[in-house]
Amino acid sequence: MTTNGKPKFAMYWAASCGGCEIAVLNIGEKILDVDANFEVAFWPVAMDAKYKDVEAMEDGAILLTLFNGGIRNEENAEIARLLRRKSQILVAFGSCACEGCIPGLANLSKPQDVLDTVYSTVSTDNPNAVRPQYHYQMPEGVIHIPTFYPVLKTLDQVVDVDYYMPGCPPESHQIAAVIDLVIKVLHGEAQLPAKGATIGAGNSTVCDDCPRARNVKLIKKFVRIQDVPELDPHLCLLEQGVPCNGPATRNGCGALCPQAGAQCIGCYGPAEGVIDYGARLITAFASVIDSNDPAEIERILDGIPDPAGQFYRFNLAGSLLRAAKPAWQGKL
Amino acid sequence: MTENFEPVIIGFTCNWCSYRAADLAGTARVKYPPNIRLIRLMCSGRLDPTFVLKALASGADGVLITGCHPGECHYLEQNYKALRRFLLLRRTLVQMGIEPDRVRLVWASAAEGVRLAEEITKMVEAVRQLGPLNWPKWQQTNGHGEHAHIEAEEVSA
Repeated sequence: MTTNGKPKFAMYWAASCGGCEIAVLNIGEKILDVDANFEVAFWPVAMDAKYKDVEAMEDGAILLTLFNGGIRNEENAEIARLLRRKSQILVAFGSCACEGCIPGLANLSKPQDVLDTVYSTVSTDNPNAVRPQYHYQMPEGVIHIPTFYPVLKTLDQVVDVDYYMPGCPPESHQIAAVIDLVIKVLHGEAQLPAKGATIGAGNSTVCDDCPRARNVKLIKKFVRIQDVPELDPHLCLLEQGVPCNGPATRNGCGALCPQAGAQCIGCYGPAEGVIDYGARLITAFASVIDSNDPAEIERILDGIPDPAGQFYRFNLAGSLLRAAKPAWQGKL
Repeated sequence: MTENFEPVIIGFTCNWCSYRAADLAGTARVKYPPNIRLIRLMCSGRLDPTFVLKALASGADGVLITGCHPGECHYLEQNYKALRRFLLLRRTLVQMGIEPDRVRLVWASAAEGVRLAEEITKMVEAVRQLGPLNWPKWQQTNGHGEHAHIEAEEVSA
């Protein structure tokens, strides 16, 4: 590994899909600015590096680490702690690191069921029913794989985090703006925001950025978007009965989904000041139902077949309850 | 289930009806179990589902939401909003593995001290049967890592 005097940059993925890395590369030629201003010290997706190289660095040797992915197993947690020690600025990058995201939905299930789904369902080609063993005797000695945690954690549930950058994945123009800011800070032209701040996003809701017309919302029926033959392209989706998560979701994406005719699914996480994302959405949805009759309300609510999935698609691991009872009771 | 389990129930009451019902029960010396901790809101419509989630996550075994009877809300129809939130919240909580009996909604007018006391007794017994909830005491975050700690202030009556 060369040292050329430039500040060090690292990016790591824990339990994630790789979309965040693609979003970083999607910033186009701006990536050359990253190269001009930083030495890429550790980025497993982009270049070969070993954990021991990071361990050999002095504490605080890395200036900026973008950490994406949730903490699903012992390895994720160990690298999170390692990078925390070695980094001056640790950014929870993307929805997984910030709030658990899709991998966090496993917090609705027993850990055993998660493994069964992976290794024993019809879609898995596993004729000998092979299961991973934490410890396995090889001729050369015993080998270990990292322990699977019963519940997925967000990055800040494991280590101290300096900044949060939401989005699944964060929008490329937002990433570019944040990189610009960090480079300006390096050159003494700007100051970093206060610790704990959400960066690369707005301070309001997706509704605020959504161009669709909003009137009085009175809903007699929730519909799934694929079941509606024709939606009014200019009218608020929630008003048309489509469960749109815009009212509780932080802006910053530019309201891309509602503009493309799809409901907001909430990937930018809770809006400023929202403590529990799902609770805010429950409030929002319940307020617009046009009925005072319990039986009729129940019928209308049947239109949301999976409330936990609707309200916590991205936020379960970061919510107040964090995980369903079967998950936190589960032991492997 | 522990032998001497005493459930902790958080009760949210509305200033205009159910809080006065509880007051009346007290004045009339109607007995009900001390397992319930009442918190007064101005209206059941003020009940953010966050309050319920926070109560359960912080160690409560159940939550009782109370308000004015339908059609009698001091703020016209906010108790209907509370009803709709409650019904939607309950569906969500079931998916989180929380039994529906742990979160209840009861209407009580200012004159129904006896009835409110009965409902509280019924709820305490139902939760006692279910046993402790024991939600893990993980450090609460607000989804942004900062510890969501809301300072409460005592408000005189």
